[in-house]
Amino acid sequence: MISLTIDGIRVQAEEGETILEAAKKAGIRIPTLCYLEGLSPRGACRICLVEVRNWGGRLVPSCATPVQEGMEVVANSPRLRELRRTILEMIFVERNHICAFCVSNGHCELQDLAMELGMDHVRFPYRWPLLPLDLSHEKYGIDHNRCVLCGRCVRACAEVEGAMTWGFSGRGIFTLVEADLGDPWGKSKTCTGCGKCVQACPTGALFEKGKATSEQVKKPEIIMEVTERRPRA
Amino acid sequence: MKRLFLLLCSGSACQSSGALAVKQALVEAITEQGLTEEVQIVETGCMGPCELGPILLVYPDGVYYVRLKPADVREIVTEHFLKGRPVRRLLWTAPAPEPRTIPFFARQMKIVLGNCGQIDPEKIEEYIAVGGYEALARVLTEMTPEEVIAEITRSGLRGRGGAGFPTGKKWQAVREARGNPKYVICNADEGDPGAFMDRAILEGDPHSVLEGMAIAAYAVGAEKGYIYVRAEYPLAVKRLEVAIAQARKMGLLGPRIFETDFSFDIELRMGAGAFVCGEETALIASIEGKRGEPRPRPPYPATFGLFGKPTLINNVETFANVRHIILRGADWFANIGTETSKGTKVFALAGQVKNTGLVEVPMGITLRELIFGVGGGVPEGRRFKAVQIGGPSGGCLPESLLDVPIDYESLKKYGAIMGSGGVIVLDDTSCMVNVAKFFLEFTADESCGKCVPCRVGLRLMLSILERIARGEGTEEDLQQLEDIGHMIQSTALCGLGQTAPNPVLSTLRYFREEYLAHIQEKACPAGVCPALIHYEIQGELCRACDLCRRACPTGAVQGTPRNPPYSIIQDRCIRCGACLEACPFGAVVKIPGRKG
Repeated sequence: MISLTIDGIRVQAEEGETILEAAKKAGIRIPTLCYLEGLSPRGACRICLVEVRNWGGRLVPSCATPVQEGMEVVANSPRLRELRRTILEMIFVERNHICAFCVSNGHCELQDLAMELGMDHVRFPYRWPLLPLDLSHEKYGIDHNRCVLCGRCVRACAEVEGAMTWGFSGRGIFTLVEADLGDPWGKSKTCTGCGKCVQACPTGALFEKGKATSEQVKKPEIIMEVTERRPRA
Repeated sequence: MKRLFLLLCSGSACQSSGALAVKQALVEAITEQGLTEEVQIVETGCMGPCELGPILLVYPDGVYYVRLKPADVREIVTEHFLKGRPVRRLLWTAPAPEPRTIPFFARQMKIVLGNCGQIDPEKIEEYIAVGGYEALARVLTEMTPEEVIAEITRSGLRGRGGAGFPTGKKWQAVREARGNPKYVICNADEGDPGAFMDRAILEGDPHSVLEGMAIAAYAVGAEKGYIYVRAEYPLAVKRLEVAIAQARKMGLLGPRIFETDFSFDIELRMGAGAFVCGEETALIASIEGKRGEPRPRPPYPATFGLFGKPTLINNVETFANVRHIILRGADWFANIGTETSKGTKVFALAGQVKNTGLVEVPMGITLRELIFGVGGGVPEGRRFKAVQIGGPSGGCLPESLLDVPIDYESLKKYGAIMGSGGVIVLDDTSCMVNVAKFFLEFTADESCGKCVPCRVGLRLMLSILERIARGEGTEEDLQQLEDIGHMIQSTALCGLGQTAPNPVLSTLRYFREEYLAHIQEKACPAGVCPALIHYEIQGELCRACDLCRRACPTGAVQGTPRNPPYSIIQDRCIRCGACLEACPFGAVVKIPGRKG
């Protein structure tokens, strides 16, 4: 067992566990976005950043950082709250997240985060790029304007379904999630139509066709349920 | 019996200024004069003073011919090689001095670049003749891996890729890491604009890198190495391929090197051009065939690297230092430099400096010595304004900080970084807002897009800078630039994002008044930002020659030939400066600030 402190509380963790997992066991809440239980951590959204005091105050993603003996972690502080809020504002201005017009309104992880972190306005100008919608798939659609590039769909598809349909194209601000090297989703030869990507998506970027807002509640926990039932290597 | 040796620099810079044509002309003229038995031409790596290329160094006289053209060659052959009279008008400095006394070289200390420009990089025999692979032989036959690591640790060598991590400590970590096999990677994905240190080493002395990698592999317990080199360096790739093939043939790579139990081989991997792939975890992902994206550390590559195995990853220049430390000892190396930064550092001098090119200086010399001593200062009639050090993620330091010693800590303290060694000298014609914008455009374009602060934050900063350059900025913008910049520094996933705000933050720190001029006076003092300058024609100087009117692409210049003065219709002017360049009388002037 490894012992460390999170927000001054002594916590015991197994070797190989992440700070986030250790915090969860101790009942300490750390907000996350690109993290999803059952998928490999990506450390991309930076919402779950925590400060490690005895690493010179370095900020590390708690979802992807393994615990170490004697670590002194700050998971919640005014500074972290401000940084998380700023990151969230950046996500909100990057594309188009107008909740009133979104199928995920009311059950969206991004919206929930904004409320949790008290983000009632943004301090940066909205970029509002005009990104395409792909409705070519029989059952599902993707609206890039709602995408936060968390990569949960990409990982769910590769790690759980094993189809590797989704991937990233472009780079920087022009990064897009795309099926099969940029084919329309409906033309994809690898997509099995399983819908795990849709369930894993934290926003309204991936959605089921023909379902209104109230019917569009997602079940990201199915990813964990599927992986848990698998025989361990 | 050869009596003359011609060392012709064939680094990339000299090749692009025509070294190969000069060589062709040399061969022809030498054959014509029947001197083939007496004169030997050696194509070498970079000699350093790239500004003066193509360069020919003639031994035993030791004179440099510079800026050679094929047409000059015949005269050199007949006058110098045949009659023994160096052609003075083509020499670097006349009368011919000892090369070591030329100021450009006198202040340098060439260790890593010692062989560059002295040997033919495509001949392993020449490398061996100057002591090549001796260090590897000594390591394999006389030292244990632990002793090698102890020696490197004691030397104080730190990573030359920019971050300056202690090399010995890194080797130790890989040695101790559990897992098999282990890998050694050479990071040759040199991507900083204006930086070409690693290219010169790979082109001029590729075996020194191979030898350093082999020694490292022995120390950490690896049998397989990769060199990740950018595909935009075709000459470096070619010379590495030649070097690897020759080393294999001689048994210096491959199974049972020097008939010991140690086996090691190297493979080349070409980078496809993404700047972020110089970041070690992104580089590893790229070798694995994945998208070149960094991942959070820890775990560090030392424990979880290529294919999930313990991996040592060092930069070209770091590996090139290794053999010297082994041969001359850690104490010798530790004696060069400062308390925290040992040895030498290779810099690529570029921008508004007389001697642009490649230089190697001991750590701890001041920026002033580097720029004014070795570099020769800014060209006549111009004033030094700032030095941008550390590549696109480096900082801009003003004249008042020129006496700062060059070492990892000092540079960081003042908002710049050592980086990989790019040094860009700026004079008073550079606008610092524009400079910051330029570097930020680069890093924002090269952001991989994985983490939010880098992907979105850099774009936000860029749009603020663009606004300021257009004359639409406010003083609050400066505060926001600083806030976002500091936020990205502490929250971005990898080194690219964490250092990308440096050019903006350092210019805000040292050149704030220039930002304020853009905001308050709507003027670009250096006369660079097109929205904040205007052109005027001084009536008393105008001769109505009509050249400016014809040069103007938008019809903004008004006037009738032989009837001065001409004038500029400001509404139509796009401030391209074509009229100013066209005017033979200096009547067109560029004025900071908008008209009116």
